Amino acid sequence: MNRNAAGLWTMAGLSLVLVFGVPAVVETFALIDFTLFIAMAILSLSLAFVWGFGGILCFGQSAFFGLGAYTYAVAVINMGESTVPILLGILLPVILALVLGYFMFYGRVSDVYLAVITLAASLVFYYLIGASAGDEYKIGSARLGGYNGMPSVPPINVPGDPSKPIEYEALYVPAAVLLAIVYFGLRALLASDFGRVLVSIRENEARTELLGYDARWNKTIALAIGAGVAGLAGVLFCAWGAYVSPTVFSLVFTAQIIMWILVGGLGTLSGAILGCVLIQYLATWLGETKIADVNIVLGAIFVAIVLLVPSGFVPMFARVGDALIRRRGEAES
Amino acid sequence: MNDGPLLETRGLTMRFGGVTAVAGADFTLGAGELRCLIGPNGAGKSTFFKCLTGQLRPTEGEILFDGASLVGEEPHAIARRGISIKTQVPSLFDGLSVAENLRLAAARTRNRAGTKAAVDEIVRLVGLADRTDSIASQLPHGQRQWLELGLVLACDPRLMLLDEPTAGMTKQEVARTADIIREIGRDRAMIVVEHDMQFIQMIAHRVTVFHQGRILAEDTMDEILANEEVRDVYLGKQAGAGRERDDA
Repeated sequence: MNRNAAGLWTMAGLSLVLVFGVPAVVETFALIDFTLFIAMAILSLSLAFVWGFGGILCFGQSAFFGLGAYTYAVAVINMGESTVPILLGILLPVILALVLGYFMFYGRVSDVYLAVITLAASLVFYYLIGASAGDEYKIGSARLGGYNGMPSVPPINVPGDPSKPIEYEALYVPAAVLLAIVYFGLRALLASDFGRVLVSIRENEARTELLGYDARWNKTIALAIGAGVAGLAGVLFCAWGAYVSPTVFSLVFTAQIIMWILVGGLGTLSGAILGCVLIQYLATWLGETKIADVNIVLGAIFVAIVLLVPSGFVPMFARVGDALIRRRGEAES
Repeated sequence: MNDGPLLETRGLTMRFGGVTAVAGADFTLGAGELRCLIGPNGAGKSTFFKCLTGQLRPTEGEILFDGASLVGEEPHAIARRGISIKTQVPSLFDGLSVAENLRLAAARTRNRAGTKAAVDEIVRLVGLADRTDSIASQLPHGQRQWLELGLVLACDPRLMLLDEPTAGMTKQEVARTADIIREIGRDRAMIVVEHDMQFIQMIAHRVTVFHQGRILAEDTMDEILANEEVRDVYLGKQAGAGRERDDA
């Protein structure tokens, strides 16, 4: 069995544990925490795909996440039923990504500016929504609420039946299933012809174009797929807390996503999940126990990891695993 | 399809600020023809190639491929029309294996089975059949050149542009490369930029000499070698008079 297949089976097993095992043993309160981690893990996966495989350093992944969250909030408050709002929460970020991607990739904007533009897009949302306090700023019956955010966002309900909400610990299983779908969906996408071309653009864009592949188109689509996934994460986040505020567009939040991926390992999908959960868990724990300031500890850990494990945890585990297998092979032969 | 030349440039000019790398080149290549392009460093050969493949947009002039203009087309669109280039410094997917490199190039125009067959055929042709699983970055230089030749071939182009395909090769490798080029040149047109005169004699019928962005001479190899003007250029009597940076 090669490493790829081994990894696939490992992740399939972990998914089953996540969906069926965890709810059976974990208490309700922790389950609600885990649901948040899952929403964030989906967000982390979206950037892991765009950045780690598409080679697009999107510093504003939170723009898509936040847009998904706000779209869901506004739509579900107006409609009262969650199915269409969820779809809109995915669709609007995709459209935003297609527009941004068109200008950035067809305009041949270089990588550094790409990061700046996407970050700026997120900050534009931050200030724009932040300035929306007051009764005059509302869409339908949904008040945007400025920096105070939008409270009392209705939960996700059983499709077609608003009287059956899926909230609190009940959201855990659907969220876990969605995480598994996103993870395996992205893996399948990366194994497809589109995925191969995407990775080859990351490796050598000029050569890929000289082979007849349109890098601009492929990168735009990759950004849009990442945006849709980030939007879904935003929807889950908003439905989970029944609340959304402009902090989802903030610099601190968008920088965190990049940190999750660097900790877990750029160029892996599982690393994005691991890094996200690890950092989130640590932040929650530090926040609860108040041992030390969260930002200082996370900052220190981040610096330490970049210096000591520059490729991230998952690639390091893989190397250690390979070395063990090799040693065992040598011992047997 | 037309009955005219496969490739024609008229007054092709490429300026970089005050430097004119290609200065009104009128170049014609017939279908299925193998042409060698020679000239001192900075003569504009690589720039000429970059204009043909859309990596640079010419300042002036026209490029006609099979009767249709290429000026302003994107590199990938030109590749889709059937022009494929081996760049001066091998440009490969360094993290991928030999087979994966070739598969990527072959898969655009073929289905799964066709891709596999094409890759199998090409690794044999370029002599990498026993290295299919090697990572491109770990190949020795000569084999990297061959792999890129394979990539170009896998696009199944009608016109191949080869920029110094034997650079940095040993004598045996040069001879082997000449064999490969003769083999693949049977059914497609090719322009080869080279400095190695022995290699050119192995493959070429007609040779075009570039000098200071212009076409200085165009003839058979023997005539070119006997040409006074060409000798002057190569031996450097005119050196210093308007020399440009190496293949700007």
